[in-house]
Amino acid sequence: MSSKRSISNDLTGWLMASPLALVLALFLVLPIAMIVVVSFWGATEFSIYPAFKLDNYQFLFGSAVTYSVFLKTFMFTLISWALCLAIGFTVAYFLAFHIRTQTWQIVLFLVCTVPFLTSNIIRMISWVPFLGRNGIANQTLISMGIIDEPLEWLLFSDFAVVLAFVHLYTLFMVVPIFNTMMRIDKSLLEAARDAGATGFQTLTNVILPLTKPGIMIGSIFVVTLVMGDFITVRFMSGSQSANVGRLISNDVALLRYPSAAATSVVLLITVLIVIGIMLRFVNIRKEL
Amino acid sequence: MTETPNSKSISRRSVLKGTAAVAGAAIGSGVVTGFPTIWAQNIKDVTLRQFGTGVSNLNDVAIKVKEDLGFTLEMTALDSDSVTQRAATQPKSFDIADIEYWICKKVWPTGNLQAMDTSKIKNFDKIAPIFTTGKLTPESTVAQGTAPSTVGFVDGKDGTAFAKDVTGWMTLIPTIYNADTLGIRPDLIGRPIDTWAELLNPEFKGKASILDISSIGIMDMAMVCEAMGEIKYADKGNMTREEIDKTIAIFTEAKKAGQFRAFWKSFDESVNLMASGEVVIQSMWSPAITAVKAKGIECVYQPLKEGYRSWGGGIGLSANLSGLELEAAYEYINWYLSGWVGGYLMRQGYYSAVPETSKLFMSENEWGYWYEGKPATGDITSPTGDKLAAAGDVRDGGSYEARMGAVACWNAVMDENQYMVGKWNEFIAA
Repeated sequence: MSSKRSISNDLTGWLMASPLALVLALFLVLPIAMIVVVSFWGATEFSIYPAFKLDNYQFLFGSAVTYSVFLKTFMFTLISWALCLAIGFTVAYFLAFHIRTQTWQIVLFLVCTVPFLTSNIIRMISWVPFLGRNGIANQTLISMGIIDEPLEWLLFSDFAVVLAFVHLYTLFMVVPIFNTMMRIDKSLLEAARDAGATGFQTLTNVILPLTKPGIMIGSIFVVTLVMGDFITVRFMSGSQSANVGRLISNDVALLRYPSAAATSVVLLITVLIVIGIMLRFVNIRKEL
Repeated sequence: MTETPNSKSISRRSVLKGTAAVAGAAIGSGVVTGFPTIWAQNIKDVTLRQFGTGVSNLNDVAIKVKEDLGFTLEMTALDSDSVTQRAATQPKSFDIADIEYWICKKVWPTGNLQAMDTSKIKNFDKIAPIFTTGKLTPESTVAQGTAPSTVGFVDGKDGTAFAKDVTGWMTLIPTIYNADTLGIRPDLIGRPIDTWAELLNPEFKGKASILDISSIGIMDMAMVCEAMGEIKYADKGNMTREEIDKTIAIFTEAKKAGQFRAFWKSFDESVNLMASGEVVIQSMWSPAITAVKAKGIECVYQPLKEGYRSWGGGIGLSANLSGLELEAAYEYINWYLSGWVGGYLMRQGYYSAVPETSKLFMSENEWGYWYEGKPATGDITSPTGDKLAAAGDVRDGGSYEARMGAVACWNAVMDENQYMVGKWNEFIAA
């Protein structure tokens, strides 16, 4: 009797899990498997043909460009991540602990999301007239007498790329951090205060450890988004800078799918390693 | 095994087109069994899917086609790389390919296009000789690069090799072409510019740009390097590896020294760079100059002593076209060459393949200004109504003969293309 019930329980469990498993298998595992397979294929100028060749990887690891481009990608990632974290944490802290009423918290939180009502590309391109040689930023600085010559590095530079990244992705940091902060039991803060902790000590000893999962989730968002991006780098650097995403998009544009696939595989593994390292610090599953 | 992009396009198509495809097939079979009288009504149900660069994929053309011919033309505008990609890998996603001649050289061997019977093309004998014999006048020589005449014909309907001479089977019906040069902002430069070498002049440090489309960009680079006296090419349209290395090296050095403000990939980017004053000298396309001028900003398509880099586009038919849809496509081509489109394009600053018929759709003033290089006798406006020139103005570079006669090379695809592309990627990443 009991064994019969457990079989049917098993079956229900499998059935309930299968739709998700099926969706993931079809739309995640299969495409990635395909990319891995194609990365070993050969290519002529307009077609790709099945083969098992290591040429694509050999070319990738044999080219100095690859290393400099990966280095650049890491640089963009690290700087954008640090800035997003600093700004995102501050904003979330303000929203969670300084705004008293829930209504205002919700209102201000929604205000943060307003820029996201337009597309990524538009938010990015709107920087161009602002930062350009004759743009608003330069004109303002000149009229204030701070500079004599327009600053060239404001636009079409690595500075512009990082600025756009921070602008685009800080919200992805704010949301999870705010979320975990809201779940912190306020009595803990009172207890810390009663025990004589200063505001800074409360921040580092109570709030920071308790918001770690939020920080980690936000960091994963930012790191994966920045490492996989190509369009921001293209527009904001005026095509003068390259990251791995642009390497892939150039290959795709020139019909070199196997080469693009090989680069994608290496990028995917790199991102997974980075996330793996990040997850060593915080057990998200345990702390959620 | 099928390759991914192919299978993807089929499923996308089948989802998007759905019942329309079925209806189309039904009509097609009706024609095969032969009821010529239903043709006139059925053609209204035909939809031809055309794709190409933004240059000639104009909505106005689609509207006019519906008006004059009755069937629907669906336009998709893409950049040159994507156009090549689609023509080569997704043959079922289009009926008409509006591509450049160098793309044709790349795509024709895939068998995705079918040759056209010139006897079905009414104005064939009026097509500008630059596309047939390759010679503007009997004395001219064919320029370097992928000259349209060298890839314009095949031996038969199913021919795969390009014919040397004019045959009865055309690969592309020429539609538009032009001679490209550098665009400059005379108000910000303040002195005459007469050579390609000026692009790398340190005077314009941080204010120059070049286009980030490898196959065209490399040609502009070659024009510059040759003008600087750094490299002498046997054929700029078909460089050797050493020539590619040297050319890219010169430009990489300039890039590292901060010569370029940005690189552009799309038409709009080039317009914005120039109009905003971020860039004062750059590779540019004719309508981009027009667009900058239309904003009331001075901009010149500067003729240079080394000559022009020229390009030509044409319409090719998908190998999948047959029956009624093929007939409609021929209708469309004949209509295209009959003058209305030609006049429209000429008023944008391009040349049409059959100037004779375009003339019928232009005023004497327009014809004189755009084609003959004469001073305008009144305002010259773009097809959309923006004023481009006033009475007395002369077109940059002058007449058709003066401009097309000074072509130094045609856009091309090289034998060492793969190698060049690799090098180009290095240049962009450098």
